[in-house]
Amino acid sequence: MSTLELEELSAGYRRRTVVSGISAQVASGGWLGVIGPNGSGKSTLLKAMLGLVRHEGRVLVDGRAVTGLRPRDRARAIGYAPQIPQLPVGLTVTDYVLLGRTPHLSPLGREGSADLDTVGDVLQRLDLSKFANRPLSTLSGGERQRTVLARALAQRAGVLLLDEPTTGLDVGHAQALLDLVDELRAELGTTVVTTLHDLTLAGQYAERLLLLDQGRVAAEGPPDEVLTTSVLTERYTARVAILRTPDGSPVIAPVRD
Amino acid sequence: MPDSAPVTVPSGSGRPRTQQSDTSPASTLRRTRLRTAHILAGLATLLLTVLAGVLLGAADLGWQRVLTEFGAQLTGGTSPLSEREAAILWQLRVPRVVLGALVGAALAISGAAFQGVFRNPLADPYLLGAASGAGLAVTIVVAIVPQVGLGVSTTTQLAAFAGALGGVGLTWLIGRSAGSDTATLVLAGVAVSFFLTAGQTFAQQLRLESLQQVYMWILGRLTTTGWREVLIVLPYLAVAAIVLWSCARLLDLLGTGDEEAAALGVRPGRVRMLVLLAASLATAAAVSVAGLISFVGLVVPHLVRLAVGGSFRIIVPLSLLFGASFLIGADMLARTVMAPAELPIGVITAFTGAPFFAVLLRAQRRT
Repeated sequence: MSTLELEELSAGYRRRTVVSGISAQVASGGWLGVIGPNGSGKSTLLKAMLGLVRHEGRVLVDGRAVTGLRPRDRARAIGYAPQIPQLPVGLTVTDYVLLGRTPHLSPLGREGSADLDTVGDVLQRLDLSKFANRPLSTLSGGERQRTVLARALAQRAGVLLLDEPTTGLDVGHAQALLDLVDELRAELGTTVVTTLHDLTLAGQYAERLLLLDQGRVAAEGPPDEVLTTSVLTERYTARVAILRTPDGSPVIAPVRD
Repeated sequence: MPDSAPVTVPSGSGRPRTQQSDTSPASTLRRTRLRTAHILAGLATLLLTVLAGVLLGAADLGWQRVLTEFGAQLTGGTSPLSEREAAILWQLRVPRVVLGALVGAALAISGAAFQGVFRNPLADPYLLGAASGAGLAVTIVVAIVPQVGLGVSTTTQLAAFAGALGGVGLTWLIGRSAGSDTATLVLAGVAVSFFLTAGQTFAQQLRLESLQQVYMWILGRLTTTGWREVLIVLPYLAVAAIVLWSCARLLDLLGTGDEEAAALGVRPGRVRMLVLLAASLATAAAVSVAGLISFVGLVVPHLVRLAVGGSFRIIVPLSLLFGASFLIGADMLARTVMAPAELPIGVITAFTGAPFFAVLLRAQRRT
């Protein structure tokens, strides 16, 4: 339900600039996949959009700059699930997902029944209802990733940033999770930005891809334009072949000399 | 832990949703909250230990007469106790039991707060230099002003309070200058503790005759001069309890790490500073009247967590109640085990707390 624009966004840590001059636009309900070799600045770019790292340039949600907003207002506009989430010891799934309601509460406030209803709705949507009262530590890897996604969804933000949401998932669970994100995008109109290291999945799910290399945009466009042999060979220093699945989507396969 | 149950994702269809939509509608959701049963258990335990603590002592006042005296005080009836007995009860025993409750409560909720802020199960209220700061300050006072004596002295209490806050403040300054993350703060606390402890040892060497006094202080002891100490600790405990309980949800949130807390619109650095300030004030107040009582702040929050769950909404209030009971119980043992001599209470807390803790850890593994 929200458009997202990056204008000349640069970001880094202390004195080191990791990404620079990134401009991009994502339509409302669109899905932008951020790809690039290790260390190209994918995660830093997401953190810059959240204001978690030092940055210059602007991030606009629905045409409104979020960079100057109070953290709470920004958190209502942009939701986030990190690559390696830290799970608090001993909390139940419900308690954890309720933490996602924080931006909608006053600093010392408590959740009301409306917040609990939101969480109930999210849990049902992600098929987590049966785990509602389970401690986080008893979940499997796939359940855990879905729980973190649930917390981000409970934020009810128009833009959702997911840093490598399929980390540690096998191909079936990865597909299931991305299908789910796609479904939410269709139903709620959520605008999605994900980093993905699996280029095949990135090509199948994202509408547009942004290829970062050494902190700069190396290519941007629909998957078919970005995922070409010449671009990937150059940027990843890899030997790859582009194959096709029966439905015509690209498969990036490594080739051994 | 057994291997986790398989996820309900048929790999062929790639859909995580199963057909049944009749499971758990939103209305059956319940967040973890403090249950009445838990509060009642905590209050009942506290009441029992308070009664036992008041009845136990060198002079046998007789439990019926003490209870009658309580009734008389409440209803305005005539006291069954002689003037001397009434003085023993109201100026010695009751203040001491109440002080034990306050100190135990203060150390336990501060320990819970430290464990939450640092996401570290080994954290205790002395982690940031409160103990070593108080130790140094008290040693200096005893060394310089030998007639001070450690029993009941405003000078020592002030020195301990200032020293404890000074130690934490120094750690905070160093931690901030090196970056404000929790790991840096813990390491700064370690460095400050070693430095101040070295200073304390040096001061002791200058006046070896103060050694025994300082040593007794370090082991901890509840000493009262009427209600004075109770009134010293009470306001700090009250403020800390209110702040920490209000911040319970934020403490849960800090468990997700600084980045995620910030992404949810909270400034983790500010929350941390508020919580540490409240907990350190309560700790300094406790240390100023009772010395360095170990183990309460470390273990009581763990006992609560193991018994009833991991949300700070529960851990903070229940740590307060059970910390109070635990220290009253420990003080009873300290007074009676080698009567008429008194053992340092810190010895009792560690000696009884550690095995109990070990048993609970084992019990938890089996479930």
